[in-house]
Amino acid sequence: MIGAEVLWNSLLQHGVEVIFGYPGGAVIPVYDVLPSSLRHVLVRHEQAAAMAADGYARATGRLGACIATSGPGALNLLCGLTNAFLDSAPVLAITGQVPTGQLGRDAFQETDIFGATMPLTKHNYLVNRVEDLPRILNEAVYLAQAGRKGPVLVDLPRDVAEAEVPPRVDASPRLPGYKPRRDGHPAQVARAAEALASARKPLLLVGGGVKWAEAAPLAVRLAEKAGLPVASTLMGLGTVPADHPLFLGMIGMHGTVAANRAVQECDVLLALGVRFSDRVTGKREAFATGAQIIHVDVDPAELGKNVPAHIPIVGDVGRVLEGLIPLVPERRRQEWLDEVDSFRSPAGQDGVGASAVRALARVTGDLARRGDLILVTDVGQHQMWVAQHYPFYHPRTLLTSGGLGAMGYGLPAAVGAQIGCPGKRVVLVTGDGSLQINLQELATVRQEDLPIKIVLLDNGSLGMVRQWQEMFFDGNLVAVSLGGPDWVKLAEAYGIKAWRCSDPGELEDGLATLMAEPGPGLLHCRVPAEEKVLPMVPAGEPLARIIVSW
Amino acid sequence: MKRTFSVLVENQPGVLTRVAGLFGRRGFNIQSLAVGVTQDPSLSRMTIVVDGDDRVLEQVQKQLNKLVNVIKVSVLEAPEAIGRELALVRVHAPPAQRTAIMQVVDIFRAKIVDVARRSLVVEITGDEDKVSAMVDLLREFGIMEVVRTGKIAMARGSKESRGGMWHGQSTIRSGRRPRALARLAGGGTGVWEPGECAGAELEG
Ligand SMILES: Cc1ncc(C[n+]2csc(CCOP(=O)(O)OP(=O)(O)O)c2C)c(N)n1
Ligand SMILES: [Mg+2]
Repeated sequence: MIGAEVLWNSLLQHGVEVIFGYPGGAVIPVYDVLPSSLRHVLVRHEQAAAMAADGYARATGRLGACIATSGPGALNLLCGLTNAFLDSAPVLAITGQVPTGQLGRDAFQETDIFGATMPLTKHNYLVNRVEDLPRILNEAVYLAQAGRKGPVLVDLPRDVAEAEVPPRVDASPRLPGYKPRRDGHPAQVARAAEALASARKPLLLVGGGVKWAEAAPLAVRLAEKAGLPVASTLMGLGTVPADHPLFLGMIGMHGTVAANRAVQECDVLLALGVRFSDRVTGKREAFATGAQIIHVDVDPAELGKNVPAHIPIVGDVGRVLEGLIPLVPERRRQEWLDEVDSFRSPAGQDGVGASAVRALARVTGDLARRGDLILVTDVGQHQMWVAQHYPFYHPRTLLTSGGLGAMGYGLPAAVGAQIGCPGKRVVLVTGDGSLQINLQELATVRQEDLPIKIVLLDNGSLGMVRQWQEMFFDGNLVAVSLGGPDWVKLAEAYGIKAWRCSDPGELEDGLATLMAEPGPGLLHCRVPAEEKVLPMVPAGEPLARIIVSW
Repeated sequence: MKRTFSVLVENQPGVLTRVAGLFGRRGFNIQSLAVGVTQDPSLSRMTIVVDGDDRVLEQVQKQLNKLVNVIKVSVLEAPEAIGRELALVRVHAPPAQRTAIMQVVDIFRAKIVDVARRSLVVEITGDEDKVSAMVDLLREFGIMEVVRTGKIAMARGSKESRGGMWHGQSTIRSGRRPRALARLAGGGTGVWEPGECAGAELEG
């Protein structure tokens, strides 16, 4: 058995069913022995392979896998891997490499992917000897999914892939330096319970870590028992159902007035699986200044990194909650809840973009409530309209690029999600800029026959950049206008049905038609370029400086 | 504030790059870094002196710990630890100055390790202050070149900075043989004889 066969066997053994990839010289020997029991999805750009693996992982909670050839192929993965890294998605990337004898000689398609991906992955390997491969694969699969999840890359030189593996090699993982802590320290958990018990205005903040820990129901239970209003980061949407009376919405730059105000007013902030990014905190020094912060995360390095953690708890969010819930007294906290309710502002006048998202919510409401719909977004105004106006009821029903904000994530992530969850409806809400970043994947959608529904909010511009230029650069619009293609023709060229919707009054009908289509489809919606995403806290400002109208 | 971290790492390709890259990327300020293999050839010890405020120093420790190849990070400061540096100093030494230079060398219990017609090479070991004091004194004679190693450090007493492990216990690996991977592997065995891995369980 050769290295390449060991690779595939190991993946199958670890339960990998699908791999997204793109072949090339250094991996032809690997592809040569691809087993028929493993589904290989041929994407049209390696970035899409990494992003599809990420979308697969986020939608299913399982490991996503991708493969690329050396040099250009491997380099094309990087944006997708970084995206998975920043949002803690478990992804395994396999890259081909020139034979070991050519390493360091600037051989054809040789790049130092091991060096290049060191800061972009949770961990990475360059396999020098075939006898190390079984162990490395075991470690890589484990590391991607253990503790704080993330991408792991294995760089496989061609001669190693082709070499015969000696019988009986020790494949046990050797990770003396890696021991994630799962249970929170009991004394810290007790301190957290006391802080919550004596709080007058406690607030729960949920982030993406809650879904990775499969702890959403526990977070809801704690909120209900202790009477905690709940704010969510972008990555935490879906943890607490959008219609839950305690739910205040998203916090941060495009968060709701209520969530942003509550975090400034609270006296105890219980933060679960969040990393307090600048998009969440606004000006750090002015964030939750009156609050004692209880910060729970499986990654100790997150505690105290961006904001002080008065009660830091290292551990799996679910395990910590299991310990915490019995210790917190039952509370109603009517006064605080009334106060928080008074922060809720009546919805402003929706523009076409926001209305389109609301119309989508009406058309797909039942699916969403049942957890049968996965909504994927790209990056820009349309992304924030979705975050603000689409109600998420379940974890893993919103897939969006948070930490990296990588335009182009949407279409490949939708591909990954639909392949991972064939029984669910996958809807992509994208922009005319973002869709063109990985447009080529329309071919993958067609070839794999994926019934993805694409809602294109076309404002003829890089809307979010345009918004910043209008609001903060005196309206000096530079390099933001996009002369788009004929989207309907374009989609049809790929064999994908498409409809046009130029009248906002027809949005709901258009969306209903789209959703009724059994195969893939695209609805092209025109949105005025001047529309803004509001509310907005300007970058670097305190959350209190929230702009609600423009 | 300066702090000395003693970092036990797996002796593997790329580990130094990971550590150095981490400092670069996070903007941590390295004062010195010294690396060498330990009594166990599979492990290396890095001694890293970092300058920063409390938050930065805490982050340094946590981010180092987060690297998969880092096994243990300890803080080693006087008086609980011994810190040493070595310096080689080439000093301008015409015959008329040699006696004076040799007196300084004697006072610091340093050594002359090379003699040339118009220069000497002085070797000194000591803590950072001692080495700096000596270099300052030699400056009067005209220093032609200084090479310093950066600090290495070790805890005093019988406690090993590796934590819980002692001499003679061969490797930290054999100390905690990972209970492997069934949760992920689904208990299956591979045709390539996965050895002890299948069937056991790895935490986390
Ligand atoms: C790969 C990448 N390049 C650039 C940016 C910067 N950027 C953020 S939003 C945006 C505009 C997005 O345009 P579009 O997809 O049409 O969405 P809209 O804001 O118009 O809804 C840009 C260029 C980015 N986030 N990602
Ligand atoms: Mg646009």
